Amino acid sequence: MAAACFVHQHASHCESGVMSAIVRHYGLPLSEPMVFGLSSALTFAFLPFIKLSGLPLVSYRMPPRTIIRGLQKPLRFSMRTETFRRPEKGAARLDELLDAGRVVGLQVSVFWLPFMPQNFRFHFNAHNLLAYGRDEANGDYLLSDPVLEGPTRCAPADLAKARFARGLLAPKGLLYYPDSAPQEPAWERVVPAAIKKTARTMLHAPLPFVGVRGIARIARAFGRLPAAADPQAAKLYIGHLIRMQEEIGTGGGGFRFMYAAFLEEAATLVALPVLAELAAQMVEIGDLWREFALAAARMIRDRDPLNPNHLAALLHAQAAREKTFFAMLGKAVRLS
Amino acid sequence: MDAIDVPQENSATYDGHLKALYARTGDGRLGLVQSCGWEVEEIVTQQAVQAFEELAASACERVRTGQSSPLEVHMYRARMDIALLAQASGLWRWQVRRHLRPAVFARLSKALRARYAGALGIDPDQLNVVG
Repeated sequence: MAAACFVHQHASHCESGVMSAIVRHYGLPLSEPMVFGLSSALTFAFLPFIKLSGLPLVSYRMPPRTIIRGLQKPLRFSMRTETFRRPEKGAARLDELLDAGRVVGLQVSVFWLPFMPQNFRFHFNAHNLLAYGRDEANGDYLLSDPVLEGPTRCAPADLAKARFARGLLAPKGLLYYPDSAPQEPAWERVVPAAIKKTARTMLHAPLPFVGVRGIARIARAFGRLPAAADPQAAKLYIGHLIRMQEEIGTGGGGFRFMYAAFLEEAATLVALPVLAELAAQMVEIGDLWREFALAAARMIRDRDPLNPNHLAALLHAQAAREKTFFAMLGKAVRLS
Repeated sequence: MDAIDVPQENSATYDGHLKALYARTGDGRLGLVQSCGWEVEEIVTQQAVQAFEELAASACERVRTGQSSPLEVHMYRARMDIALLAQASGLWRWQVRRHLRPAVFARLSKALRARYAGALGIDPDQLNVVG
């Protein structure tokens, strides 16, 4: 029944795409960039002490579940999250919710999803998708993965493996759905609050790994790469940052374009034209992230000589630009 | 980025899928634009995939010369390292490292084999096969 009325929507990021679809399905049409911006999901974090296959954790956004949790306050509704110790219980609960006609968000590991392109299947445990029904004929789950163009399906055994994958950020079968219907918020209050929070984490996070200081820190790490002694290792490190920026469903430029779209939409909602001007600046910053990625990729393929110091200089410049930008952004909403 | 500047470079890594990006569309506003690939992204994806393939190939070589067990090959084929395989199988790292020794691997119990096979997503009978 639910399967008939759920509409799939292509999005650029999994968690914001899922939450946009959930609030829309439960009565409040809200675009993906608005979901992303309202939950203050944009940031930069470089955590060299957490390693994935020997490479540091880098993220252009806040940790997983920030968007799921962060929308509750502005939209005045509550999300229910459940995790499970045993896969059988997790599957039974999902079936129960689907039978009740609910659309349910799931956290999964990308590696075990058979419908994902082979080259994207790494052990990344914080992917999100929606389940909206079951095929009665063969038991397949009907899924909507927001980063794919259309709805898809998955056999129960594969989905169980993906939901109960172990390792860093293990999903533990996490499923989530709204307890109450999301409400249209008072935009002139929630938009400035969300923007202030993002500006604050970018500029004044108490940790030197987060925000503009995190960008400067990874720039310094680039400067220390063994370009001459071990070029392969240096290239893997550089390529890793570019993957986190472009490949892992970011909407391009490490979410900067999506955040610009949020600012542009917000400018109309709260009648603050300065936000539209700042959106244009954010687009330029995103373009420069893309140029940085291009310069790095050319070095990885030996089209340009490997020079981590040049990339470090580009990163320092990005840190300086974002510092100025978020200071202006914070000021713009404080004055409103 | 303007919508007409969104790269459409048919990346093989996309497997025919499209990706959604935000760019300035014809009406001057930012909106969703689909892309069939960007070479920059393809380069870094392939780099990461190849890194594991190279590790698996060199492990294969070590298995042939009796320096390592087939478990190491399967581990890299599943895009895992020792830390991740230990977490996925619920064993200690030192145990996994020990099971990479051919002599120890040969004596592995049926239960442990099944555990590794489950963590790697392969059939227990395949665990010995490297080819």
